[in-house]
Amino acid sequence: MGLAELYREVLLGHYRAPRNRGRLEAASFTASDENPLCGDEVSVFGRVEGDVVTEVKFEARGCVICVASASLMTVAASGRTLDEARTLVAAVEGLVDGREGVEGDLAALSGVKDYPGRARCATLPWTTLAKGIEEHSRRQS
Amino acid sequence: MTVAATAAQAQAPVDWGRVRADFPLIGKLIKGKQIVYLDSAATSQKPHVVIDTMKRYYEEYNANVHRGAYNIAAKATQEYEAAREKVRRFVNASSTKEIVFTKGTTEGLNLVAYAWGRKFVKPDDEVVISELEHHSNLVPWQVLCTATGAKLKYIPIREDGTLDMSRLDEIITRRTRIVSVTGQSNVLGTVTPIRDIARRAREVGALMVVDGAQSVPHQPVDVQAIGCDFLAFSGHKVCGPTASGVLFGRRERLEEMDPFLYGGEMIREVRYDGSTWNELPWKFEAGTPGIAQAIGLGVAIDYVSAIGMDRIREHEASLTRKALAMAAELKDLTLYGPRDVSVRGGVITFNFAEIHPHDLATILDEQDRVCVRAGHHCAMPLTQKLGVAATARASFYIYNTEEEVDLLFDALRRAKEFFYRGAR
Repeated sequence: MGLAELYREVLLGHYRAPRNRGRLEAASFTASDENPLCGDEVSVFGRVEGDVVTEVKFEARGCVICVASASLMTVAASGRTLDEARTLVAAVEGLVDGREGVEGDLAALSGVKDYPGRARCATLPWTTLAKGIEEHSRRQS
Repeated sequence: MTVAATAAQAQAPVDWGRVRADFPLIGKLIKGKQIVYLDSAATSQKPHVVIDTMKRYYEEYNANVHRGAYNIAAKATQEYEAAREKVRRFVNASSTKEIVFTKGTTEGLNLVAYAWGRKFVKPDDEVVISELEHHSNLVPWQVLCTATGAKLKYIPIREDGTLDMSRLDEIITRRTRIVSVTGQSNVLGTVTPIRDIARRAREVGALMVVDGAQSVPHQPVDVQAIGCDFLAFSGHKVCGPTASGVLFGRRERLEEMDPFLYGGEMIREVRYDGSTWNELPWKFEAGTPGIAQAIGLGVAIDYVSAIGMDRIREHEASLTRKALAMAAELKDLTLYGPRDVSVRGGVITFNFAEIHPHDLATILDEQDRVCVRAGHHCAMPLTQKLGVAATARASFYIYNTEEEVDLLFDALRRAKEFFYRGAR
């Protein structure tokens, strides 16, 4: 544990050069949320075709952990089915609580488990994505 | 201590090193690093004497107050009421009937907003606060205005973070029923001209409320000199226990209010068909109060008073002067709030090197055990007005030293090195 574990190069890289930042025109769903403790804000835009999330973009005003997590999320969630995306959200929420279950770059978020005060920074984009997916599914049903 | 002894002591210089040694957590190693505590605007550390006093209550005379006919109950009551007298003297109220124990500033302000506001504020009345306010001196009035149909108005701040007093007379008018303003901003450190605001409130016959959370711990307070109807503060920011607090209320005002909470302690007589209320101040202290907290707060007040509130203010001003000078020298640092320490308390709020304050606070702690606050500091509208999502804040108190100000700035440079490692 420690700072280098929290601020892994992967995260700093995503923070400095976020992927898929910006609004998505003709989005199937848009969701926004904020962390009332710090005022960080995240908006997530998704395009869904059938039951596949074909594209995810985000806008955020937040710290390294929040922005990097959002950037990682847009990459990880694109091309997944709605159910797979839901599973991914649960896996990331588990990760910051110290559980296993994700691979690749997403595992870089696991350093947050030693910083309970920062867990919400990592999960905010994901819970916002989940909110968007649920609203989309409700509209479809 | 006699008055003469206190006066004699007031002349002697303060041994700030000894003050520091009175606080068990100050200078302590946390995970191998010595803590540099710069978050006293959130809560102050507690001296041994406060902790020991609370321990003694629990170990030697733990009993409920105003009820028992036995020895330790009498002792608990006596100590609890003696603490009230200490608070009275500390804020210079004219009677202990005007001192209500609460669990903090938030409860005190809510008490006024409900018990006075709901009874006396009418549609088309106006309530005036300032743009500096902490959520606890904003939301209760917002809710009161929504419930009563009154209008909430704000004294604006100027570019430098001070209140724009030139507009006071147009904002506080005959329509104003309540004025509630902080004595010192928890974000910008701005010390407000509370007496001038109170004078204007009196002129138009409005109730004057002071949020003393950030001012009472750091400068002398005199409710009669201010001329306010209410002043609320928190014990935990003035070296006292958490969940201890005080609402000073002028007697006539407290008399005309109905109770805020109903239950034990606050009643005189209860019948199945109706009840009558206890006299002041117990009318506003329903249920078993924070007994250990009140007694601990009394001792905390003795402690800071023995140092002298004027000298506490001077000590913080010298730390703040140094910090402001160092901040001005540091490249990439954006400072918020007044630069003039005569109108600024011991609070330094800033953003640095485009590092998000949350990241900065984590790095400062992990690398150098420097504890600062990050975020909107429970003043979201003000933070928005500054045009930022969040800021970092370092705040000083009696146990902080010039060396710790140096440590803060060293730690900031080291944070920047860490954050941009390999990036440039």
